[in-house]
Amino acid sequence: MTVSSDIPDTESWFHRNQQRIAPWLFLAPGILFFAVYVIAPVFQSFNLSLYEWDGLGEKTYVGMRNYEDLYWEYVDRDAFFTSLKNNVMWLFLYLLAIPAGLFIALFLNQTVRGIRLYKSLFFFPFVISQVVVGLVFTWFYDPNFGLLNTMLGWVGMGPINVLGNEHLVTYGIVAAGLWPQTAYCMILYLTGLNAVDPEQIEAGRLDGAKGWSMLWNIILPQLRPATFIAFVVTIIGALRSFDLISIMTQGGPFGSSRVLAYYMFEVALSEYGFRMGYGAAIAVVLFLIMLCFITYFLWSMYREEKGH
Amino acid sequence: MFPKPIEKQSQAAQVAYKSLLPVALAFWLAPLLAVALFSVKPDADFTSGNYWGLPSSFEGAANYGQVFFNSDMPRYLLNSFMITVPTVIGAVALSAMTGFALGIYKFRANLWIFFMFVAGNFVPFQILMVPVRDLTLELGLYNTKTGLVLFHVAFQTGFCTLFMRNFIRALPFELIEAARVEGVSEWRIFWYVVLPLMKPALAALSVLIFTFIWNDYFWAVVLTQGIESQPVTAGITSFNAQFRAAYHLMSAGSIVAALPPVAMFFLMQKHFIAGLTLGAVK
Repeated sequence: MTVSSDIPDTESWFHRNQQRIAPWLFLAPGILFFAVYVIAPVFQSFNLSLYEWDGLGEKTYVGMRNYEDLYWEYVDRDAFFTSLKNNVMWLFLYLLAIPAGLFIALFLNQTVRGIRLYKSLFFFPFVISQVVVGLVFTWFYDPNFGLLNTMLGWVGMGPINVLGNEHLVTYGIVAAGLWPQTAYCMILYLTGLNAVDPEQIEAGRLDGAKGWSMLWNIILPQLRPATFIAFVVTIIGALRSFDLISIMTQGGPFGSSRVLAYYMFEVALSEYGFRMGYGAAIAVVLFLIMLCFITYFLWSMYREEKGH
Repeated sequence: MFPKPIEKQSQAAQVAYKSLLPVALAFWLAPLLAVALFSVKPDADFTSGNYWGLPSSFEGAANYGQVFFNSDMPRYLLNSFMITVPTVIGAVALSAMTGFALGIYKFRANLWIFFMFVAGNFVPFQILMVPVRDLTLELGLYNTKTGLVLFHVAFQTGFCTLFMRNFIRALPFELIEAARVEGVSEWRIFWYVVLPLMKPALAALSVLIFTFIWNDYFWAVVLTQGIESQPVTAGITSFNAQFRAAYHLMSAGSIVAALPPVAMFFLMQKHFIAGLTLGAVK
């Protein structure tokens, strides 16, 4: 085609500047929605954390007092620090999903008959809502009839009331959370393993690498992108933990399974009643923890973009 | 392939592997199988302490019949659909456009807008909770499906934009340049050139967002409260309160509530996994 893209100036201004204006027109609806519902609320929450507010009446400016109250344990003793401590536990324990997912992926990365169905069924827990996972595990742990105690009974142990025990409860909930999360990491690694370069494996075999050394030196480096995504989604998932706690224990017993996400909800919207400013202060703390990770993720993505 | 294909190993290893598979699977899904077993048992089994034995009679039809014809479950399921489907359409439509804009055009703010979407997608829900609830109240949309849909569309646009933009980046750019040389307008390029090529991404995102939104619990609790608008994840707690200690019915209810995304997953498996694992392979 020999038609020139320089259109004569009979064309409208819009036509001449199309390529500069078009991206903004395409972006406008998305940015508008996102700004109103996501970006602005972050700043509003920061602002709100400096006020005392019951959600209805007048807001009273209190400066940093909400943050001081976090320190002085406002609602009941240790509530904030228990939540913070549990969040740290969630972060570390949840990361077990990554090696566990890798392990299952290695186990299933075969080509026997029916293996595709097995892979789908192993992935199954991820598709179910956390609410149902929470219910299922609440019954699984039940001290009277739960499958866990029934099985412990077979080997002459138990019964233990996992969700009623202050020292066990967070482990119990994290275990329930690990179930779908491990399935997610598994599917990431299965996809990654599919794309591993067979020539490098052959070369490794010729060099005498097998088993662990093969996995560590040849396979894992090639799985880096999968590991990165598994890390991102697991960290986000750990800090977002809310559904399971709400369904399984409602923060109990005696507030020992609270995390910041749940504590914030409790303070702002449930029986502790409408302390919006205080809730916002808790949310800000959670946000700042998340921000460390977000910055790291974005920085990694930025390097990648520049690398291309 | 790693680990070493099992076919290249001894006969014994192969037999061991093949028999280990179903055992491992049963172990992995044990909590779920237990619920499935509960859901077909009669009430009498629970009062007589027969939790783990075979059902004394098969009551699957009766139990699931209760859930479907004698509880609020159908209403909650309907609400879930009426929240999920518009959200999928809205989020996919918005992000097809933002993804196109960020994937095709070169302008200074491009990467920063892209990072804004990505970062927003990672923020904890709690930092949005009070302002979003307030906004929804002010708009008169508290306890409506519309209020929930508007928020979900906005929030999911973050993840969807990330997905769409990376997908469009991988398309052959010459196609667009050729169309421009022909004098095709930008909108028509989007509609007739790029969109048809994006079908796999649209399908993958649709199933993913369907699952995410169907399974949402937090926003359902924050923005709705009654049977008129609550989706099934929030409704199941009232359902369980209604049938307190009736484990056979609660189990059947949980299975029904979990089923639509499961069906979606099995029907659209290829797209679902392609969506979830985007970026896991270079």
